[in-house]
Amino acid sequence: MPSIQITVGSSSGLHARPASLFVQAASRRQAKVTVGRPGQAPVDARSLLSVLALAARCGDTLELTASGDGAEEALEALADLLSSDLDAAA
Amino acid sequence: MRGIGVGTGSAAGPVARMAPVPALPAPRAVADPAAEAAAVRAALGAVVTDLEERAARTSGTGSQVLSALTMMAADPALADRAAGLAEQGTDGAHALATAFDGFRAALVAAGGYFAERAPDLDDLRDRAVAHLLGLPTPGLPDPGHRYVLVAEDLAPADTALLDPERVLALVTVRGGPTSHTAILAKALGVPAVVGCTGASELADGQQVLVHGADGVVEPDPSPEAVERAAAHEHRRRELLAGFQGPGRTADGHPVSLLVNLGAPHELAGAAAADAEGVGLFRTEFLFLDRAEAPGLAEQAAAYRKTFAAFAGRRVVVRTLDAGADKPLPFVLSADEQNPALGVRGLRSAVRDPQLLETQLAAIAEAARDSTAQVWVMAPMVSVPREAAEFAARARAHGLPMAGAMIEVPAAALRADRLAESCDFFSVGTNDLAQYAFAADRTLGDLAELLDPWQPALLELVATAARSAAGHGRPIGVCGEAAADPALALVLVGLGITSLSAAPVSLPGLRAALAAHTLAQCRELAGLALLADDAATARAEVMSRMSER
Repeated sequence: MPSIQITVGSSSGLHARPASLFVQAASRRQAKVTVGRPGQAPVDARSLLSVLALAARCGDTLELTASGDGAEEALEALADLLSSDLDAAA
Repeated sequence: MRGIGVGTGSAAGPVARMAPVPALPAPRAVADPAAEAAAVRAALGAVVTDLEERAARTSGTGSQVLSALTMMAADPALADRAAGLAEQGTDGAHALATAFDGFRAALVAAGGYFAERAPDLDDLRDRAVAHLLGLPTPGLPDPGHRYVLVAEDLAPADTALLDPERVLALVTVRGGPTSHTAILAKALGVPAVVGCTGASELADGQQVLVHGADGVVEPDPSPEAVERAAAHEHRRRELLAGFQGPGRTADGHPVSLLVNLGAPHELAGAAAADAEGVGLFRTEFLFLDRAEAPGLAEQAAAYRKTFAAFAGRRVVVRTLDAGADKPLPFVLSADEQNPALGVRGLRSAVRDPQLLETQLAAIAEAARDSTAQVWVMAPMVSVPREAAEFAARARAHGLPMAGAMIEVPAAALRADRLAESCDFFSVGTNDLAQYAFAADRTLGDLAELLDPWQPALLELVATAARSAAGHGRPIGVCGEAAADPALALVLVGLGITSLSAAPVSLPGLRAALAAHTLAQCRELAGLALLADDAATARAEVMSRMSER
């Protein structure tokens, strides 16, 4: 399964707004995507509560893994989203 | 049916009940785990549907908040976990509660912004459990039209969220003439009937006519009676519409009404409020959840956004208040035995002067580009020297108005000296109570000591207000106390010149002020100061208000 490591770009971390943008984007994908800290059990990227519970701060490293249709494209798009400053887009 | 009447008018409208939070029933054995799991999923689905309906009726910030809640309620991992527990034999209510509490614990452990979502999860859990048990949805009703609110009783927290535009009348099963409900009804000018035991039988949507004067609640009234009530309600709305703009007492004494602001997502709502500006702009949001302090440019950009939204109005910026409940890695050394009594607020500027310098420079830069009247104030000032040093630094950056928070009793007692270098004061009643009563404000067991009606707390406010008046300095209150219309009258009577609260609290404050003269406020303040404890102070003030 393809996977990729990224650095969280949102200046205030992956909290309510940035996390919901990410979860919405993940939910629109056919591929099944998981996200987690490297070496720890990943969580479903469509679950806002699980993503929030990762408590990812700005600068933290997260690993995205995808399987199924369009896994590669999904990974690329979601990795871009996580690395950018979603707070600045407000 | 009959109870104790409050106010003079009559109002008719459909009942909307405020249901209590459902208590978890005792665990029970589950005969059909598959059906139980389906019921759990259905309950969560019903919560999602409710929220979607409310979001469709709301716009702006409110609708964003609701859509975030909807995403949480619709969370697939939450549903799987709750349904999984039900399939293993846990009854539905406990399966839901356990699943929610698991996520809640993770968010609380994460701290910061994450922990702030915990109350949302509690609210969603209560809603889901209520659906599962077939009970009415807890919390304030939101039927999407004007309504007569029927409740067991109302707590201050409920009333702070009431929309005076939507509520036609209040009916409570419990409560007396000096209850919080009664005071709120007087403040909003709506009729109320309290202590109305028969009200438990009223159903959602049922038409009722509420007579404030004689305490009668008529279910299914005649069309003529409804028409008479409607004419009265029309006059009240005209009166409420007259209560706009700057706050003032019945005899024209001005009391600035301001909003508290603490996070970027609150900005649009705060700016849209009928307020003279921001009485407390908390800047911690810029600093939380970061390894390093934000730089000058990033801070200036954030302040600029706020000042632009309040162009032409006052914005009182509180400099960083780190410490105790808001630890920041780049501000504090890790181990203090009593963080609330430690290096926090302005005290951290001694250890790291550059942090405050950068913040003041950023505020000054943003203020230069804006027409907002930007004031700055320092948290946790204890002695006159601290206030003087802060004011000198602020002025060196070209900021004309520099003030001090009054939240340490020493500062309240010596406000006369502080006023020599400060341009204004702002009383933080929550911390002032914690330090005056040696009572940790996070301990529920000490709630009575922390009650903002405590006469000793009011005495400290009175002392500071007298000193401020002696030097011609404005003095505001930005704590929880300022949101209570009755207590606000007392504070104004003590000499407070501005009140800063959540936007939703302002209409009630404005109406209460407009209905009382400054002399009446002073009389109420005198009653509160004479009392021996908070409950007596509240009761004395409320009973005097009801006499009018």
